[in-house]
Amino acid sequence: MRALRRFRLNVLWSTRRRPLSTTTNFSLSKNNLPSLAEAKYVTELLNHDPSQDPIIPSYRVLDELGNLLTTKQEYHLDPHAVVEMYKTMAEVEAIDHIFMQSQRHGRISFYMQNSGEEGLQVGSAAALSERDHIFSQYRELGVFLWRGFDMQQVAHQCFSNVHDLGKGRQMPMHFGSHKLNMYTISSPLATQLPQASGVAYVLKRRRENACVACYFGDGAASEGDFHAALNFAATLECPVIFFCRNNGWAISTPTDEQYRGDGILSRAAGYGMRGIRVDGNDMLAVFEATKAARNYAVTQSRPIIIEAMTYRRGHHSSSDDSNSYRETEELQWWRDNNDPVSRVRRYLESQQLWDSDQEADLRQSMKKKVKKCMSSAERAQKPPVEALFTDVYAEMPKRLEEQQQDLKRHLKKYASNYDTKDFHVSP
Amino acid sequence: AMETDPKAVVFGEDVKFGGVFRCTLGLVDKFGSDRVFNTPLSEQGLVGFGIGMCSVGHTAIAEIQFADYIHPAFDQIINEGSKYRYRSGSQFECGGLTIRTPYGVVGHGGFYHSQSPEATYCVPGVKVVIPRSPIQAKGLLLSCIRDPNPCIFFEPKILYRASVEEVPEGDYMIPLGKAEVVREGTDVTVIGWGSQLRILDSACEMAEKEGYSCELIDVRTLYPYDIDTLEASVKKTGRVIISHEAAVTGGWGAELSAKIQERCFLHLEAPIKRVCGYDIPPSPLVFERIHIPDALKNLDAIKETVNY
Repeated sequence: MRALRRFRLNVLWSTRRRPLSTTTNFSLSKNNLPSLAEAKYVTELLNHDPSQDPIIPSYRVLDELGNLLTTKQEYHLDPHAVVEMYKTMAEVEAIDHIFMQSQRHGRISFYMQNSGEEGLQVGSAAALSERDHIFSQYRELGVFLWRGFDMQQVAHQCFSNVHDLGKGRQMPMHFGSHKLNMYTISSPLATQLPQASGVAYVLKRRRENACVACYFGDGAASEGDFHAALNFAATLECPVIFFCRNNGWAISTPTDEQYRGDGILSRAAGYGMRGIRVDGNDMLAVFEATKAARNYAVTQSRPIIIEAMTYRRGHHSSSDDSNSYRETEELQWWRDNNDPVSRVRRYLESQQLWDSDQEADLRQSMKKKVKKCMSSAERAQKPPVEALFTDVYAEMPKRLEEQQQDLKRHLKKYASNYDTKDFHVSP
Repeated sequence: AMETDPKAVVFGEDVKFGGVFRCTLGLVDKFGSDRVFNTPLSEQGLVGFGIGMCSVGHTAIAEIQFADYIHPAFDQIINEGSKYRYRSGSQFECGGLTIRTPYGVVGHGGFYHSQSPEATYCVPGVKVVIPRSPIQAKGLLLSCIRDPNPCIFFEPKILYRASVEEVPEGDYMIPLGKAEVVREGTDVTVIGWGSQLRILDSACEMAEKEGYSCELIDVRTLYPYDIDTLEASVKKTGRVIISHEAAVTGGWGAELSAKIQERCFLHLEAPIKRVCGYDIPPSPLVFERIHIPDALKNLDAIKETVNY
């Protein structure tokens, strides 16, 4: 029965013809398919297997040992600037280590590490302008730090205290800063991508010499919002850098269960979009690639993808134990043979810009700074109870005022049952 | 809005040529194609894009071709748009967003050109507004566009061709968050919105001929709604009918019933009666006429409630 139905449908399909319009003004001489820019016909039936195409190579500047592979770079990085970038990478490592521990000790509820991705975070951030707007997923701490979202601010948000710009409403690591043009992070994946296209469209309308950089992972790239965002950015010509952190894992899902094509970059062609694949653990290469991409996006008002190949060395989050789904040997290999931080340090050492004393000092001072920020954030009060009801709308609707009064009465009546002494009381 | 606000843009599927209901006719000639443009066919994309534009201060008037297709944008509306201000501590907001979309049965729409999903989208952080007529539509839409919160404006599609009114030419706004008493009466309070108002008005007309005095209220802004106007009326009449096309269970009438009984319990003389769609996917084509909560069903409900 089913076979018969399929046959009938095939017959219907082949008997359909596109009606040639006799009323519109178009020329038959070039093309008669409005859906193709240019139609060419062949008499050989082609059925191309994309897995036979060569894998798109990754751009790299340093090898795994930190040796400069080429001096031919379009955008040179002043080696002293690299020292500053290295320090920021070390800052990410210090925060990651101590904050993760503090989650295990119950001091914060949740944490997400950046281990293995420090290079792509700091490298890309350093290539952007402060006028550029940034959308993140949740594993971009180095981008935030480089831009000026300091460690103390990170701690405030993770401890949900009264100094948190988000007023204690979100899980740790879901921060944002209007001043730094960095949009507040949300948990749903890829939702930021079409928003990034929208912001870029406005920057173009305003003729601002700026672009949007939008970070996301290999898993998020499977979401419908990824497809929508890239298609919109391409058709509406929006200056946005879609920066994919392909780190091999989406929680426990490896990339061979996430997609079948050649990474995320191979999709760019489908949107008529340019793209760059870069060794994500080579901070200098990521810098170069981002600089080039930014230049293209801003001068051409067009989108571009950067796919940074890297590896997620930490668990997905503090709620995850990656030992249950991946080999320890794999993790160890990346840690010992392709660590973005070591590669830069070796490069700096080879340039006589860094030594073991400086290294020891840096690590010690970072550790001290993190602990100080953390204890300061932990001691601060929580936001006021009123923050439960404000900012839902631009103005507070009457029903929320009523509900707020209800809650205040309840908390007063059962004060001893609700531990609200830590909540700031507005004067 | 396009004239007074240079940061206002109109976009969606097929809006450039004028739109499938001709709502955007002539706009591109007047304002240019960077302000009036087509987007690729993706509701999640166009709402996300709109949210982005608003977060940098633009006024985005997004069209979803039929409310039946708003659901792919549910994530962007619920998880992003409605929470944009709250989750960022007011650092970011997308108040400039207004989503316009045709809703409701039209006689032959079946399941995918007839839906009334308004209740699903009444969530904290968003405003939901539904006009009953052209004059109301212009004033309410301008208010939505200028309101500093993201709004969803459901337009009764059955009225696009059916409804003719002398709409004032100037700029005027009708306030959000205020219900309107469209017909005064003393025996029963009849509540509805959008295209249902015509049906309810007809039912009230028939009821008046049989000696029942009906007070008819148009809710207009469903979220956050004006309970005070509803409360004042119910305290006067003691009886309530709520009518909407969407399925009765969990429809917006359920919320209004709960709140009304909370405020007016001792004043009620009869149970609150809802005259709504049945609990089936709305609206099966050949059965639409008998499915919808029409004037006769409402007339019977009025009589039953007043005589309780």
